[in-house]
Amino acid sequence: MAGVASGNDFQWCFSQVKGAIDEDVAEADIISTVEFNHSGELLATGDKGGRVVIFQHEEECKNRLQLRGEYNVYSTFQSHEPEFDYLKSLEIEEKINKIRWLPQQNSAHFLLSTNDKTIKLWKISERDKRAEGYNLKDENGRLRDPFRITSLRVPVLMPMDLMVEASPRRVFANAHTYHINSISVNSDHETYLSADDLRINLWHLEITDRSFNIVDIKPANMEELTEVITAAECHPNQCNVFVYSSSKGTIRLCDMRAAALCDRHTKFFEEPEDPSSRSFFSEIISSISDVKFSHSGRYMMTRDYLSVKVWDLNMENRPVETYQVHEYLRSKLCSLYENDCIFDKFECCWNGSDSAIMTGSYNNFFRMFDRNTRKDITLEASRESSKPRATLKPRKVSTGGKRKKDEISVDSLDFNKKILHTAWHPKENVIAVAATNNLYIFQDKIN
Amino acid sequence: MSNPKFKYAPISVFLFPFYNLACGILLCTDGDDSLYPIAVLIDELRNEDVQLRLNSIKKLSTIALALGVERTRTELLPFLTDTIYDEDEVLLALAEQLGNFTMLVGGPEYVHCLLPPLESLATVEETVVRDKAVESLRKISQEHSPVDLEVHFEPLVKRLASGDWFTSRTSACGLFSVCYPRVSSTVKAEIRQHFRTLCSDDTPMVRRAAASKLGEFAKVLELDYVKSDIISLFTALASDEQDSVRLLAVEACVSIATLLPQEDLETLVMPTLRQAAEDKSWRVRYMVADKFSELQKAVGPEITKNDLVPAFQNLLKDCEAEVRAAAANKVKEFCENLPEDSRETIIMTHILPCVKELVSDTNQHVKSALASVIMGLSTILGKDNTVEHLLPLFLAQLKDECPEVRLNIISNLDCVNEVIGIRQLSQSLLPAIVELAEDAKWRVRLAIIEYMPLLAGQLGVEFFDEKLNTLCMAWLIDHVYAIREAATCNLMKLVEKFGAEWAQNTIVPKVLGMANDPNYLHRMTTLFCINSLSEACGQEITTKQMLPVVLKMSNDQVANVRFNVAKSLQKIGPVLDSSALQTEVKPVLEKLATDTDMDVKYFAQEAISGEFSSINVLTE
Repeated sequence: MAGVASGNDFQWCFSQVKGAIDEDVAEADIISTVEFNHSGELLATGDKGGRVVIFQHEEECKNRLQLRGEYNVYSTFQSHEPEFDYLKSLEIEEKINKIRWLPQQNSAHFLLSTNDKTIKLWKISERDKRAEGYNLKDENGRLRDPFRITSLRVPVLMPMDLMVEASPRRVFANAHTYHINSISVNSDHETYLSADDLRINLWHLEITDRSFNIVDIKPANMEELTEVITAAECHPNQCNVFVYSSSKGTIRLCDMRAAALCDRHTKFFEEPEDPSSRSFFSEIISSISDVKFSHSGRYMMTRDYLSVKVWDLNMENRPVETYQVHEYLRSKLCSLYENDCIFDKFECCWNGSDSAIMTGSYNNFFRMFDRNTRKDITLEASRESSKPRATLKPRKVSTGGKRKKDEISVDSLDFNKKILHTAWHPKENVIAVAATNNLYIFQDKIN
Repeated sequence: MSNPKFKYAPISVFLFPFYNLACGILLCTDGDDSLYPIAVLIDELRNEDVQLRLNSIKKLSTIALALGVERTRTELLPFLTDTIYDEDEVLLALAEQLGNFTMLVGGPEYVHCLLPPLESLATVEETVVRDKAVESLRKISQEHSPVDLEVHFEPLVKRLASGDWFTSRTSACGLFSVCYPRVSSTVKAEIRQHFRTLCSDDTPMVRRAAASKLGEFAKVLELDYVKSDIISLFTALASDEQDSVRLLAVEACVSIATLLPQEDLETLVMPTLRQAAEDKSWRVRYMVADKFSELQKAVGPEITKNDLVPAFQNLLKDCEAEVRAAAANKVKEFCENLPEDSRETIIMTHILPCVKELVSDTNQHVKSALASVIMGLSTILGKDNTVEHLLPLFLAQLKDECPEVRLNIISNLDCVNEVIGIRQLSQSLLPAIVELAEDAKWRVRLAIIEYMPLLAGQLGVEFFDEKLNTLCMAWLIDHVYAIREAATCNLMKLVEKFGAEWAQNTIVPKVLGMANDPNYLHRMTTLFCINSLSEACGQEITTKQMLPVVLKMSNDQVANVRFNVAKSLQKIGPVLDSSALQTEVKPVLEKLATDTDMDVKYFAQEAISGEFSSINVLTE
């Protein structure tokens, strides 16, 4: 079976799995975001417990037969703590909603992490030297007699074991009344935007005490509210362009050059609704849960409940490509509504060359689509196939009446096992898939 | 930690600024105990407490002095070079210290030893630290001999300019201009090449840094190179894909235009400037508007007449309010700097029509920006034009719905006053003032109070008594404390303007009348007024009219009033004569000192000790 992406035929194989194997999962351990940095050397995850774990790619080990090196824990830190807003009597969860890496500027690495209300800028840096030698203490830490100091010692730096430190550099707080769903760093490398349900703010990375509100869709009367902002992203190379998606399935593209306030969009992407498939759930399932620009900046991809769409920025009236993620669920919408699954927010991602896309589904399945060959594949992140270099077998869900061998019926899908967050290495065929509290890393195996 | 008291005691010695030098001398001659404080400082360079580390870094010169130049160079500086893990504030202090370290490493001959630590500081991610490191590098570059500059400094600049990370490359941008004038022509060519490379760097950060230093670098370049090199870089940066780079090119435009001879401006600078004024991005146009006066001076009167006037008109009519506001802010300066021969015609035919439109702009920031400068036009246009054309605009703005607009007009009344006299405006002025004085927002009320003394001065005592006096008194019973406080302060300034006699007739009776108000807050206001008025009113009024009221209030049933009586008595004490103090004030204070309320007691005692400790000496 051919793997998806980059033209070459290859198969995906298991590389690593992180996280506990236990059946009962602590709520705090559930992974809530996954993100590679710009070189792919680091991979960050955030969880519901407010922690950020960073994995570093390590070069091939000599004694083990690895296609590529492994990702090992580089740094772990508590990014957000639970808080209580006393004025509004609201609990603020520590859950990390999004992580975004900044372009690397010196030997240290920087990332933005956010929970519902507060965005933080973290610095992750290495230290491999330690100062030694005190004047008032000897080598064993005993104090010296102050009257018998006959010479001054300047400390000298000695090598020590590598230490990785994460330090908070800035806290961008108090700018969001609603829950932050997106953060995105601008290509000018000095500003970023943050979006909540009704507003988008623009920040300067060095200024924490003010931000500019560039979009505000809050109606004067909240009863007139018909849609909310679900995601927002800056264009990868045009510093003046950003998009935001709405719960109505539309995407607005704004040009910050035109005006200081971007209440009026420049482009409006919307696919006309097919009247034949109209149902009670139409509006809910058309809500966009994620929007991502392609690396080239020519396209953007949106994820709604049942499909992924690729839009050409130059064509507003319909997407250029539509991929069905799990069309077999269309008959199940009623029960998915009852168990709230219909409101799950699946994310989506591009591979490094924009030739393939990936997004998650239920039963720990995730889907990939090759844009050139139009081939698609369903894979599963599971402990069963987690042997080193084990090839991932494509999975199939039976849609007809008869279930073939190796197929799984729609009714036996586990809707508690969902893959919402995935990430694709920016240069290679390495993917990270978050399945509840486990992070799976898969890579290609060239035939 | 056996003897912590001893540990910290000697450090206080370092609070004496001149100890630094003395210490160095002591060390050479004196015994070992003088090493102790230095030892503490050195150890505290690595203390866990940031504040202690910061203290030590700030005393770095003391440490260096104690170590001597040799050990400073060989031990201290290498240690500091690798200490760039620290908190920003420590690094910032370090970067600053190193800029003044030349003598401590052995003078200009050894100044290059300071380059390694500053080089590593110039690559940290924190902009303030990097900027400070660059500032210190610029400073010590002057202390390098021409040879050292080429051997040590210039290679550092090159290293930074070709560094892997943009932090180092941005720092390099600020160093070219300081070494360029002092190096050989081959090195000069290299420097120009490096600068050129950075102007087309991959990252916008570096291009921004280069764009912001373009003007400064152009200033040290030979004119031929300005024309051949700088202009093409300037043109490229001004059409960069990043808005943030293009807008910085506008700033560079000012310096470049100043350097070029008039005849070259048209071909070399104007096409780019015209393009910037019509840029697609409002931020770039904003920058043009914001720098308009500088640009105007740089390009001279002819180009101003032909190019800048229409450009300015467009900026005043821009579709983005931010741009209009920035342009509106420049209206007065722009008009002032127009060439004299055609100034009036240009204003009347080109600028004034735009200004008229801005008066009824939809955006209040635009209107208030205009209101803050529009009055200045009257001095430029003279009496007749002001009455005919500007006055209607002033009056319209005085009636604007936005209080900030009205305030800005009122706060600039003095300009008009000089030209046409304020009477012309008083008809509309008064309703505007009254409305602001009663605005629902207390900050607006506060702002207008602050202009009262100025208005009083311009309108004269008669007009004031007739129209504004009641307002000033009404503020004294405002329900917001800040307003009552400002109102008392206002009264004092009015008395300073109009004199004690006026106070006695108009203000003092009303203020003293409030002492019988049923509301204790108003009674306290009487005391606050007396506090601030006593000095301006003088001894006679204070003793004869105010003091009896204060003394009477010492029997108030509200404790807050009583302790304020004590405070007032202390305050007005210096104005009173000593017999009144002894016979009238002292008994009252002594009675208050036995009050049942502890605050009253406290302030009464405070007043007694504050006042009579010195008085007693006088009377005995």
